[in-house]
Amino acid sequence: MDEVLIGSLLASTLRVATPLILCALASVLSERAGVIDLGLEGKMLATAFAAASVGAVSGSLGLAVLGAVAVGLALSMLHGFACVSHRGDQVVMGMAITMTAAGLTVVLGIAWFKQGGQTPPLADAVRMGLWFTGLAETLRQVPLLGPVIGIGLLGHTGLVYIALMLVGVVWWLLYRTRVGLRLRATGENPTMVDAAGVSVLGLRYLALAGNGILVALAGCFLVLAQNPQFIPNMTAGRGYMAIAAMIFGKWHPVGACLACLLFGFLDAVAIRMQGAVLPALLGGGAVPVQAIQALPYVLTVVLLAGFIGHAYAPKALGVPYVKER
Amino acid sequence: MSRPIDLPRWLDLVVLPLVNLAMAFAVSALVLLTIGQDPLQVLALLVKGAFGSRSGLSYTLYYATTFVFTGLAVAVAFHAGLFNIGGEGQAMMGGLGAGLVALSLGQSLPAWLLLPLMVAAAMVFGMAWAAVPGALQAWRGSHIVITTIMFNFIASALLIYLLVGPLKEAGNMTPESRAFGPAALLPGMHQVLAWFGLEWPRTPLNFSLLIALAAALAVYLLLWRTQPGYALRTVGFAPAAAAYAGIQPKGQIVRAMALSGALAALVGINEIAGVHNRLMADFVAGAGFTGIAVCLIGRNHPVGIVLAALLFGALYQGGAELAFEIQGFSRDMVFTLQGLIVLFAGAMAQVAAPWLASLHQRLRRAPAATANAEAAHG
Repeated sequence: MDEVLIGSLLASTLRVATPLILCALASVLSERAGVIDLGLEGKMLATAFAAASVGAVSGSLGLAVLGAVAVGLALSMLHGFACVSHRGDQVVMGMAITMTAAGLTVVLGIAWFKQGGQTPPLADAVRMGLWFTGLAETLRQVPLLGPVIGIGLLGHTGLVYIALMLVGVVWWLLYRTRVGLRLRATGENPTMVDAAGVSVLGLRYLALAGNGILVALAGCFLVLAQNPQFIPNMTAGRGYMAIAAMIFGKWHPVGACLACLLFGFLDAVAIRMQGAVLPALLGGGAVPVQAIQALPYVLTVVLLAGFIGHAYAPKALGVPYVKER
Repeated sequence: MSRPIDLPRWLDLVVLPLVNLAMAFAVSALVLLTIGQDPLQVLALLVKGAFGSRSGLSYTLYYATTFVFTGLAVAVAFHAGLFNIGGEGQAMMGGLGAGLVALSLGQSLPAWLLLPLMVAAAMVFGMAWAAVPGALQAWRGSHIVITTIMFNFIASALLIYLLVGPLKEAGNMTPESRAFGPAALLPGMHQVLAWFGLEWPRTPLNFSLLIALAAALAVYLLLWRTQPGYALRTVGFAPAAAAYAGIQPKGQIVRAMALSGALAALVGINEIAGVHNRLMADFVAGAGFTGIAVCLIGRNHPVGIVLAALLFGALYQGGAELAFEIQGFSRDMVFTLQGLIVLFAGAMAQVAAPWLASLHQRLRRAPAATANAEAAHG
């Protein structure tokens, strides 16, 4: 039965990691262009609410996703207006988005749906379909590796696979295209980009647009795949965990994805360890689940402190660009 | 365009924050109209709920006490050029410090000895929790915003671990410790006023209000009237110049963070020692983040922070009253407004500045122009 256990651990790792991956990619995009995004938590909450309410009212999956993307883009453009155009403080802007979204989603939710801030449960037609279910069923019969792959890797929501593909797309965009090179240069040395005749502000807005779309997908995953409806404050710190993962992955899309998978795995383990007993060798007693849950944050701090390798942020991160300086 | 905008001091310090505040209120009014509420009615009820009765006013001051602490915490770090988002975690650790003292010594010490010990323990815990990210920033270059966010989550995990494990009260389903006992309870404001023969309704408002006002005064004196405060502000204003003048920026960073953490930790005194009399998991409830808004509106100055804390205290209390009065209204509207205030007064603070400057210019020129015209005709 160990294969089934491994399979289900893998499955929950992927499920937990998917919104983290999408958010971390969003964060990689904006930070490599030099814009800190501490508003991921709020953007994810707002887009999840948009997807859930549009989905509940229209009954259409496409419109729900479109609604989320529109809200994600709008918030990112507001971010750009305040921080890129008007050189506002990027950290403060992130806090503003998160705080406003946490309040506004509940206010609107109560006013529109009258269910204490929740949206009504979404119909199956609005929810994302599962991929490779047939193959998963067949593989499950195969001994040993069958259950691991069948339960663990196949039969998830499409967005799980799309998120993994997007890791490659973002990597290709950043490291194999001209726009990507310029975007990374904007985060390191915007003056040089400007001197080369390329618009720093334009590139930062572009990065933020990508950021808004990716966050919107994360928000969609929460309400169209993971939960059947929007629940107040359902992001529960995932936005911040994604930032931790992005740093742990050293501002690289593939690294960030691996960090998200690690954090997802830790979460999957923590849930299974609830109420389990430590081996006598370690003193017995209940497993301190909170310690496992806090591990991603501890690891990130240790990494940032330079005790396990070095994580270098983009040089111009958080610094608004002033042309004449 | 990139020229710094020259605003007279009174415009910069008084009018600009008020304009930004007005924009946040205007957007909130739009939200209220969207959900079919009358903004003026809401405002009237809010003011009535916050200031209309002695007990309402008392609750307002109780919330304001907490926000003075977190607002001052953000401001002290800010004057050293640091953005401390860790008020939330530092406040939790403050509560933990006070709680541990009360749980271990609460039965054996008299109140006059126990309460100062609890305050000291809270401040030491908050200090330590903030000094670590400070030290990591100073010596290892770890971005303080990120580390303090991480420390918030770690503090929360630690507190929950203790409250579902070692410190949990037997037979109690909620994650909280046992009650500390009467010696560990700070006197309520109704008791304090009774010493002077004044009658006051019994509310959560407690002695911490006086600690908060003393803290605001102490922060003012320290930052603007002493040499260490000058050193701290210099590091925030121009680290290179400070180093050239013989001030060690690294030491100042740790010192500023420790002080900031100690101030945030006093939230634990207002809540744990002042009201709940037991350690619980969620007593901070976002006050650390509200502190950011308070500090932004208060323009990093203790006087401004006390006033801004009063505003937010009134919003919290008025919002709670509104939730009873109006069907379908929740306190989340207050959280929305709080976020919008951070948006307009913080991130977009300079959006209104050029507009205000040109208005000011035009108003100053207009009387001068008329005077000139009169002189020419005269």
